[in-house]
Amino acid sequence: MSNVTDATTGAGEPVPGDNDTQAAKAENGPVMAADGRPLKQTLRRTLRREKMRALLLIAPLLVFVVVTFIVPILSMLFRSVENDIVQNTMPEAVQALQAWDEQGTEPPGDEVFVPLYFDLFKASEAKQHTQAGNRLNYEQPGLSSMFRSTGRDFDDMGEAFQDVFEEIDPAFGKAEFWYEMLSGEGGKALLEDRRALYAAMTGETMSGDVGFAPSADMAQMLPWTTKAYTDFAIWTAIKENDTVAEENPWEAVYAALGQDLRSPETVVAIAGYSGPGAVALKAAAENRDQLPQDSFREMFVASDKDWESVQAWRTISLFSPPVTAGYFLNSVDLTKTVNGIEARPETQQIYLTLFQRTMVMSLIITGSCILLGYPVAWLLANLPLRTANVLMILVLLPFWTSLLVRTSAWKVLLQQQGVINEILVWLGFVDDANRLILMNNATGTVIAMTHILLPFMILPLYSVMKTIPPTYLRAAKSLGATNWTAFWRVYFPQSVPGIGAGSILVFILSIGYYITPEIVGGTDGVFISNRIAYHISSSLNWGLAAALGSILLIVVLALYWCYDRIVGIDNVKLGG
Amino acid sequence: MKLTTTLLTSTALTVAAGVAAHAQDMANDMTLVSWGGAYQASQQKAYAEPYMENNPEVSIVWDESSNEAVAKLRAMNEAGNITWDLVDVVASDAMRLCDEGLAMEIDHDEALAAAPDGTKASDDFGDLIVSDCFIPQIVYSTTFGYRTDMVPEGAEAPNDICDVWDTETYPGKRSLEKRPINNMEWALLCDGVAKDKVYDVLATDEGQQRALDKLDEIKDDVIWWSAGADTPQLLADGEVFMGSTYNGRLFSAIVEQDQPIAMMWDAQVFDLDGWIVPAGLPKDRLARVMDFLNFATDTQRLADQAKYISYGPARESSAPLVGKHADLGIDMAPHMPTDPNNAKNTFLYNYEFWADYRDDIDAKFQAWLAQ
Repeated sequence: MSNVTDATTGAGEPVPGDNDTQAAKAENGPVMAADGRPLKQTLRRTLRREKMRALLLIAPLLVFVVVTFIVPILSMLFRSVENDIVQNTMPEAVQALQAWDEQGTEPPGDEVFVPLYFDLFKASEAKQHTQAGNRLNYEQPGLSSMFRSTGRDFDDMGEAFQDVFEEIDPAFGKAEFWYEMLSGEGGKALLEDRRALYAAMTGETMSGDVGFAPSADMAQMLPWTTKAYTDFAIWTAIKENDTVAEENPWEAVYAALGQDLRSPETVVAIAGYSGPGAVALKAAAENRDQLPQDSFREMFVASDKDWESVQAWRTISLFSPPVTAGYFLNSVDLTKTVNGIEARPETQQIYLTLFQRTMVMSLIITGSCILLGYPVAWLLANLPLRTANVLMILVLLPFWTSLLVRTSAWKVLLQQQGVINEILVWLGFVDDANRLILMNNATGTVIAMTHILLPFMILPLYSVMKTIPPTYLRAAKSLGATNWTAFWRVYFPQSVPGIGAGSILVFILSIGYYITPEIVGGTDGVFISNRIAYHISSSLNWGLAAALGSILLIVVLALYWCYDRIVGIDNVKLGG
Repeated sequence: MKLTTTLLTSTALTVAAGVAAHAQDMANDMTLVSWGGAYQASQQKAYAEPYMENNPEVSIVWDESSNEAVAKLRAMNEAGNITWDLVDVVASDAMRLCDEGLAMEIDHDEALAAAPDGTKASDDFGDLIVSDCFIPQIVYSTTFGYRTDMVPEGAEAPNDICDVWDTETYPGKRSLEKRPINNMEWALLCDGVAKDKVYDVLATDEGQQRALDKLDEIKDDVIWWSAGADTPQLLADGEVFMGSTYNGRLFSAIVEQDQPIAMMWDAQVFDLDGWIVPAGLPKDRLARVMDFLNFATDTQRLADQAKYISYGPARESSAPLVGKHADLGIDMAPHMPTDPNNAKNTFLYNYEFWADYRDDIDAKFQAWLAQ
């Protein structure tokens, strides 16, 4: 404390002759700084200012790390559980589906298929319905084409209604007829609801003037029609920049009116209705038996018979919540069924094998890097500088060569008609008919990756060994130790921090490798990263890739923690 | 004199305004995405160079990212910054991009040139327009090549897809693609399934297991490839006796590099490759792309491409115009997968089936590989 006082007062501007007062105050009461404030407060303020300055200095780095490292990792973690696409694409159908019995043997009826039609019609206009299909296809093959093929028939389903309506009264074919009939007061809330659903589906705000406000009375009398027309209006005005009143409505609006007329209450209500379009509506209500009588379920099943499959509906129902553990379950060879979590069929189990193989092979690679790297590092550290520098260049040269080139070079060396086999056959060590299989298997991966990762082991080892004074060894020997004892009891313990640092580097790098295993690994030398790459770039199942990546991240962190507990992270040195 | 000057000036102004307006309508930079290698070179020579000759203000940049185009386009779309103007993809990828709303739907008759005899583009391309977003360019096939000098004495050269399984008559390794597509179909064909029933069988669990069991017979003799250049390389090194790859790759190994390799066309699987336009391009770039697209997919240009590579043009009207190889001067027609001699027994790839079953069968296939 006294030191600090000195420092602070020294830094401030001590007023001559003021020392006595300060000393007096220090004895009874808080110590005051030169400006009369309590010293503690001044000190704290100074320290805070220092901290802020330090923070400002590292701010660019901090922002960089957060933006390019933390945020992507978090978004990856989030993607591995995110599943809102099903709900956003067919919100009303998903809601209606909640009443359906998953354990039952009957597919849901029109209470689900009617909202499903309008949800999916809307989604197909926005080209979103196939994305939901693709999501569900990850869980059950066939759903993707079910959504796609039925998507092509939505227009026809609506047209079947449209044709009859226009025959009953040509007014149904006019854009302004629909606009006048459905416009009105009190439907603002409905409009905003529909807009919010659109925004969730497309990921855009969908804000702007629609130029149409639904009438609350019509929403009461013709609920499906008003909703479908409002959807049409929002899409037309905001996404297509057309005037709603001038555009003919979607086929779905006709189907919606058809659906409304199936309810007896609506027919009664229309009889007492006298607003715009009353004549046409009454005519339609009277002739409603001319309209298509098939239920929406029948229409869907006619388009693709799989809509009748209970299994398909179970999958839709299981994967409709906005958050799912499905991807994580998949990545440990489990699956979610109506009876709870079950193991995947044995023919489809792959990820646990791959995780295990990745760990085991990374350990083997780390081990062989230690075995090969240790003597080299020892040489580097103990040879005369000139020779050591040449050797160092030999170590670094492959480090500067492209990874692909090095891996391809290994291909040339290792293949059955390759350099190594040719030499062995020529020397007579290996029979021509039984050439060694050195690549397209785990051996190839271990050989090529050991070579590629070797510099990451040698460099930390070298920098640690460089700091071990050679006199220690000599001292040990002069005290009677054999070469081995001197090395094992004196030299080796001091080089352990280098082994630790090298091992962590090599192990963590090799866990994430995928190019080298892909090229020389064949079938039993590929790692989990190869599957992650496959799901990112080929199958586009980013959720599963994210889950696999998250698991890999967690495993690495867990290993790091174990390492810290066993060896101690303070024992790792990257240099002097 | 004064009048002339005024006239000249106003003419110049009009021309300048015209040029300016033109330049405003269309962007001058275009990024095309393709597969690299000989295939991209053929597009460069047949489409891009003549186009730039007609439009000297245009500069074209190539990006060799077609094999990961779907993933990259999706990422670009999420980032809201589409940097590509025209992307070359296989038909199944075009369907996926269309499904995801990442590719633009095209009115083929409006956007593309009619054939010289006036046939509408949609009729000229016919069934090859497998998706609303897809503008077909070429028909290629995945087929087998074999080392002629490794055929055992006394044995006939392999000419049947099932010779791939006949390791007694034809010892040596085979190279197959490290994915289920095509391999599963060939396995079922050789397991006695009728050609038109293959996809029905493959849609069932038992059928998938049956195909894997058949592949199991040769599992130890297979080197799995993931890049199209692998098989020609493996054949040239004598690592494998026979292997599957794209016919154009084998053509260049056989004809251009003179390797002792021959084609085995039996049960070749036809597939399509073509352009898609990414959705959401700005107006000026879109205008330029559509202008280029109209030029690059007309009858003559598609026929020209076949001068450089042995892939069949996707337009019916281009077929009679296919001539000789640009450098070697040999007749290209007998090297086309569609040539009647080569197409005696072909297999049709079912896009819809693989769009549905790809993930499921791939999981089983990879699990089988890992066993």
